[in-house]
Amino acid sequence: MADNIWSSMPTPLRLKAENLSCERGGRLVFQNLSFGLSAGELVELRGPNGAGKSSLLRLLAGLNSTSSGSLTLEGGDAETTLAEQSHYIGHAEANKPALTVRENLTFWQKFLGGDENPKAFSAFNLEALADDQALLLSAGQKRRLALTRLVIAYRPLWLLDEPTVGLDAASLLILQDHIRDHLNNGGIVIAATHAELGVKSARSIQLGQPV
Amino acid sequence: MQQFANPARFLKIANILLPYIWAITAILFAVGLYGALVTTPPDYQQGETVRIMYVHVPAAWLGLFVYCLMGFFSAVAFIYRHPLADAAAKTAAPLGAVFCFLALVTGSFWGKPMWGTWWAWGDARLTSMFILLLFYLGYMAVWNSIDEPTRAAAIARIVALVGVVNVFVVKFSVNWWNSLHQGPSVIKMGGPAIDKSMLWALLTMAVAYTMLFLALHLVSLRSEIASRKLRQARLVEIGNR
Amino acid sequence: MLQQALALIARDIALARRQGGGLGAAFGFILSVMVLIPLAIGPDQILLSKLAPGMMWLALLLSVLLTADRMFQQDFEDGSLDVMAMGKLPFEVVTLAKALAHWITVSLPLAIITPPLGLLMSLDVSQLPILFVSMIAGSLALSLLAAIGGAVTAGLRRGGLLVSLLVLPLYVPVLIFGVAASSANMGPSGSTPALIVLCAITLMSLVISPWACAAALKAYLR
Repeated sequence: MADNIWSSMPTPLRLKAENLSCERGGRLVFQNLSFGLSAGELVELRGPNGAGKSSLLRLLAGLNSTSSGSLTLEGGDAETTLAEQSHYIGHAEANKPALTVRENLTFWQKFLGGDENPKAFSAFNLEALADDQALLLSAGQKRRLALTRLVIAYRPLWLLDEPTVGLDAASLLILQDHIRDHLNNGGIVIAATHAELGVKSARSIQLGQPV
Repeated sequence: MQQFANPARFLKIANILLPYIWAITAILFAVGLYGALVTTPPDYQQGETVRIMYVHVPAAWLGLFVYCLMGFFSAVAFIYRHPLADAAAKTAAPLGAVFCFLALVTGSFWGKPMWGTWWAWGDARLTSMFILLLFYLGYMAVWNSIDEPTRAAAIARIVALVGVVNVFVVKFSVNWWNSLHQGPSVIKMGGPAIDKSMLWALLTMAVAYTMLFLALHLVSLRSEIASRKLRQARLVEIGNR
Repeated sequence: MLQQALALIARDIALARRQGGGLGAAFGFILSVMVLIPLAIGPDQILLSKLAPGMMWLALLLSVLLTADRMFQQDFEDGSLDVMAMGKLPFEVVTLAKALAHWITVSLPLAIITPPLGLLMSLDVSQLPILFVSMIAGSLALSLLAAIGGAVTAGLRRGGLLVSLLVLPLYVPVLIFGVAASSANMGPSGSTPALIVLCAITLMSLVISPWACAAALKAYLR
């Protein structure tokens, strides 16, 4: 699958959001949210719990829908939706406990259309655990397994919901490296986080108190 | 269509129409029942028990009609996503289920003298009606099981749409099953045909039932809209705290 | 697209084998039913053999139903469904693939195991081939319709009873035509036309099920 068509695009990526609003359980979580992101930009979503960070990420992932406004990605593949050009790593890790690390990653690689690249499996240093079932992993290792999805298939837009939770110092460095590489290649990263990611001086979008 | 979609507007129109609808319902029932009980002749086979038909048959018609109406509202809700359509489907269901149940009970009473038992699966229409009741109960259970109203509405729509298609498949299947097991004798309540003299009373009752449904539906819809407004207001209050 | 769908089916099959619970429990259920029916009706062999096709179908239906509420629940809870909904593969194909995997791992094996158990009910041996054919023919529809129930209750904690209430009315046509297709009578009101209708019902389910499952699951993902 031609998943590197983005790197040969003449126009650099640009994500534009205008007047987004989000409702959850009949309650308006945020409204009139607008922002623009360019290739190579990292944005950190800040705000208290319940402010709508996860909701915004899920909205960008196409899982929620907005009742107003618009979302466009310029310079990407015009034939595909925003969701199809994104990776979403949420709180739930999408790992199957009964499958081994290798089997989990092989499945996602096939499903997400990544190139055959066993080296990508060791992106977060999980080679030693390759043949262990995911249920045996610690919380941090499970998170690393989820984050490996970012590398086994290429997507220009990364949507990360609290990616650093449960990661030890070494793994955090690896994550920072991967994010840095992705940004240098012209990708966009949006991360909801309580602490600074420490990749570079990033823009931040503050989601305030719930309405 | 858009004019009726606005809840406040709808409430105004409903409030104006309701007294007239109740009046028409009362008149139609009076005329229909008078016809059913007094003027129409008794069946030469079944005698006076045929009069249950005037209560049973319209109830059965309404039972099926209301489910189709629910399917229609659900389709509208699916396309336009308007909460009023969802509310219309939700409030129609219990009414339709009651008509369905009424048809089953009166059908049982009607059939007992002929069959000798309180129930005969050999009547394909009654059997189909029983399964229709299950379709109603399933739909209502969906609304009851899901707390969040928007999500409940989305799921209920799908259940209603799948149900509407399957109701007809079920009807077809049960009729087929019946003919398979029946052999030459046909258990059909009311005999092979309805006499013209009985038809007008039957149709009057059918229209009366429909008007009754309309009145009850509007009342139910009114209270559903009111309870939603209440919930919205409460949510805003909680949000502001 | 085919490669992605096949990967999903393969994964679900591997999970079913690894985790167990589905087919094993369903098979145990059918065995229990096979004991309970004669206990309830009595050992009259002629009566039992008359009732056998219908009872076998009922046992098959109910045991497939047992596994319905789990069809989408795990993927929904661990976030896999989120990622699958975002991919290039249309979500309807995702749900169809999962229903097919369910068929391969649960309904089809049950449809093959159940007919021989009919001998416990003095089933006429000459009826066995027809019973095999009708059950296998109806098994796909059972999985597809069970999937609808599973999708509608995917986010509910205790959806078991609701699944039964929703799916059993949908199973009525499959039951009626499945039992008719198992009958020894090959004439115009016998097994062949019933088999054809059973296939028609399966085709209809192939259209309705993916659409309904995808729509219901999307409502839960929101």
